[in-house]
Amino acid sequence: MSDLAIELQGIDKSFGAVHANRNINLSVHKGTIHGIIGENGAGKSTLMSILYGFYQADRGNIMVNGNKLIIRDPNVAIASGIGMVHQHFMLVDNFTVLENVMLGAEENAILNRGIVNARAELKRLEDEYALEVDPDAIIEELPVGLQQRVEILKALYRGAEILILDEPTGVLTPAEADHLFRILEQLRDQGKTIILITHKLREIMAITDEVSVMRRGEMVATRNTADTSVEELAELMVGRRVLLRVEKGEANPQGIKLSVEGLTVKDGRGVVMVDNVSLDVRAGEIVGIAGVAGNGQSELLEAITGIRRAESGTILLNGETINASGDADPQDLRKRGLAHVPEDRHHMGLVLSFEENENAILGYHYDENYLNGPMLNLDNIRKSASESVEKYDIRPPDVRLKTANFSGGNQQKIVLAREMERDPTVLIIGQPTRGVDVGAIEFIHKRIIEMRDAGKAVLLVSVELDEIRALSDRILVMFAGRVVGERTPEATEGELGLLMAGVEEEKEAAQ
Amino acid sequence: MSVPYAKLPVWVEYGLIPLINLVVAFLVAGLVVLLVGESPLKAATLMVQGAFGYGEGLGFTLYYATNFIFTGLAVAVAFHCGLFNIGGEGQAYIGGLGVALACLLLDGIFPWFLTFPVAVLASAVFGAAWAFIPGYLQAKRGSHVVITTIMFNFIASSLMVYMLVEVLKPLGSMAPQTRTFLDGGQLPRLDWLLSIFGFDIGGAPFNLSFLVALVAAFLVWLLIWRTRLGYEIRTMGASPTAARYAGIKEVRIIIITMLISGGLAGMMALNPIMGDQHRLQLDFVTGAGFVGIAVALMGRSHPVGIIPAAILFGMLYQGGAEISFEMPQISRDMITIIQGLVILFAGALEHMFRPAITAFFAALRGSGEASEAAAAGE
Repeated sequence: MSDLAIELQGIDKSFGAVHANRNINLSVHKGTIHGIIGENGAGKSTLMSILYGFYQADRGNIMVNGNKLIIRDPNVAIASGIGMVHQHFMLVDNFTVLENVMLGAEENAILNRGIVNARAELKRLEDEYALEVDPDAIIEELPVGLQQRVEILKALYRGAEILILDEPTGVLTPAEADHLFRILEQLRDQGKTIILITHKLREIMAITDEVSVMRRGEMVATRNTADTSVEELAELMVGRRVLLRVEKGEANPQGIKLSVEGLTVKDGRGVVMVDNVSLDVRAGEIVGIAGVAGNGQSELLEAITGIRRAESGTILLNGETINASGDADPQDLRKRGLAHVPEDRHHMGLVLSFEENENAILGYHYDENYLNGPMLNLDNIRKSASESVEKYDIRPPDVRLKTANFSGGNQQKIVLAREMERDPTVLIIGQPTRGVDVGAIEFIHKRIIEMRDAGKAVLLVSVELDEIRALSDRILVMFAGRVVGERTPEATEGELGLLMAGVEEEKEAAQ
Repeated sequence: MSVPYAKLPVWVEYGLIPLINLVVAFLVAGLVVLLVGESPLKAATLMVQGAFGYGEGLGFTLYYATNFIFTGLAVAVAFHCGLFNIGGEGQAYIGGLGVALACLLLDGIFPWFLTFPVAVLASAVFGAAWAFIPGYLQAKRGSHVVITTIMFNFIASSLMVYMLVEVLKPLGSMAPQTRTFLDGGQLPRLDWLLSIFGFDIGGAPFNLSFLVALVAAFLVWLLIWRTRLGYEIRTMGASPTAARYAGIKEVRIIIITMLISGGLAGMMALNPIMGDQHRLQLDFVTGAGFVGIAVALMGRSHPVGIIPAAILFGMLYQGGAEISFEMPQISRDMITIIQGLVILFAGALEHMFRPAITAFFAALRGSGEASEAAAAGE
């Protein structure tokens, strides 16, 4: 009994009609790294939020170190030695590391004693766990990997023996992720217990001792990591066999359809986000842009698709300059055959409060087929939406259903159906499978390859390096707003990882 | 509708929840009445009796409701675009100038049914013009429409004082108002409509504008849910980034929406000016522009909700007047408090009872579709 750091018994939680956790049992052994894996919406985050006291379970017991606990709020969790590193860091950007670490544990009101003690304790923790970080550095000036380290230090500072990490590698380069894993292993070896939530199978296999799989709110299996395989875990997650490898033939590139020359784009604050980028995409090939999130990929896509104004440089679609007068108009670009699956489907690609059929015409609502003069032709709109729903297997097949009520994968299919069904010449795709379940990923990847084989020019941006490598015919790596290298998909992950980290910078990729 | 997946049945969403909110508002209002030492039951009876119990009362209720339908629609159209137009008061006031000018110029030449279309147009154009500047500033300069529209209420107020005192007041008159319109500038009453139901409207100014308001409500529904422009307005309102992605012209849509909103507010002036007073007076809007906000909130920015909400507020106005007449303890201000409570519960606290009701219906439906919802809930 005392061997278990955490034991969950029959945890059940509903949000209104949504049954997020069903009778969950989970045992986490002390001094181990325990992975929890599952698709988006499987209930992982809900379960951990219950453990950390953000939500109360409707039913069930939580045992910490063999004692039954009622975790009313995060303070109770912290007091019983549970620490959490959130996916989105809970740090004050303009505070120093030290100030962030002691925030909420200041000891006294004027901080004199607290600061001295905190500094000493931080030093001790850094030494003990080899977590070097300058206590006087300002958070926003630190790279993401170090910010995460501060989050871990925050938890340790509060005496965490059990550390929960929620999708910790989403924002990290492969090298930073490896470093994080070394830190986690070290923490484990010193007796800490770690719960790692992720949807990346590779990470589970690389670092965990045990793994539990969640599917649709239920805990479907727990395995010793050594006794399982990526294939088995994927099957458990989805509930059926999945094809993890994307099958694709040779590319047959034709003429250049999209050409970007010397493009520079600034963000709202006037910071240069895209710095003199040039690239070409030919018909019948997929060009992938790899890079850690925030290195200018989003701004590049927005400039190409006419959503953001480019500072300088030219963009040519089918040989014609599309930003001649400064502004390219998204509607005009669509008419010229440029389709765009945006990175952020919730805010850009879809209007979540609309019915499915209303989203199926977003951006194409000027199309005469959908109009009767100034009026919408609802019959035609719904008919064509029904056809897409059938063709893309969007579930539930109800074109009048509010878009927010579809799962992430089905929402993404709504966007894909809309953009792919118009027979574009150039297809721009950002994060095609973010927040999409494994089953739908397979389907989406197949469709993208089909578009390529049908002779479309495809420009793909993704922060998932595996996805870039699986789909692309050529890979460009972006770092700090510039294209720092071009590689073939055969390039190793390490090589791409170094480029993504800006370590091995190259001359601008030759044409 | 998609009943199996929808969170709540339609009749609960649009019927039960507003009803519960309303009942609670009246219960609390009853406590207030009790506090000043009057019987809440008697007050309630007086209010309903006064508003619906006899022809003249009913006529007044619907007369007030007409104002609120126009201003409610004005607020609702802007809401759909994500704009909070609280300048209905000023836009209606300036709309009144349009109505008055049309009537003053034409009432001696044309019969009312020829003056009327011109007056409708003038009211809408004047109201729209008053909303154009805030709309333009919002679209082009990012000046927040809440700030500019409320400022424009004050400007409208000053402007109208000037117009009435210096320009429109007949020579020799002491009152800051225009001359009384001739027959060609007076709308017929709808006494025949109520007499169908056996009511005699007596002196109530219930007039043709009511039918115009109903037509406007239908046209707003058509605009918002059935036209391309409405689609673009709704997209802008629900997600400006999605609108930009879809190539919807933000500046254009914001300005057009404000024009429509201002036009609807301006048309409210038809009712009191051409339908009742037959002259332009100071402060004829008397808060209808602000009540429109509450009406739009309660009616969920949908014409089908706005009409009953407007009638409800018409009842509060008319029934409230009856109460303060019959119960001297309850002043005009008390009625304002009751109206405030209705706004509070129906608008601001709209979501207070929702979680409990949602949970109740989820439990009723059982766990059959819960797994479906779990997948979708993500």
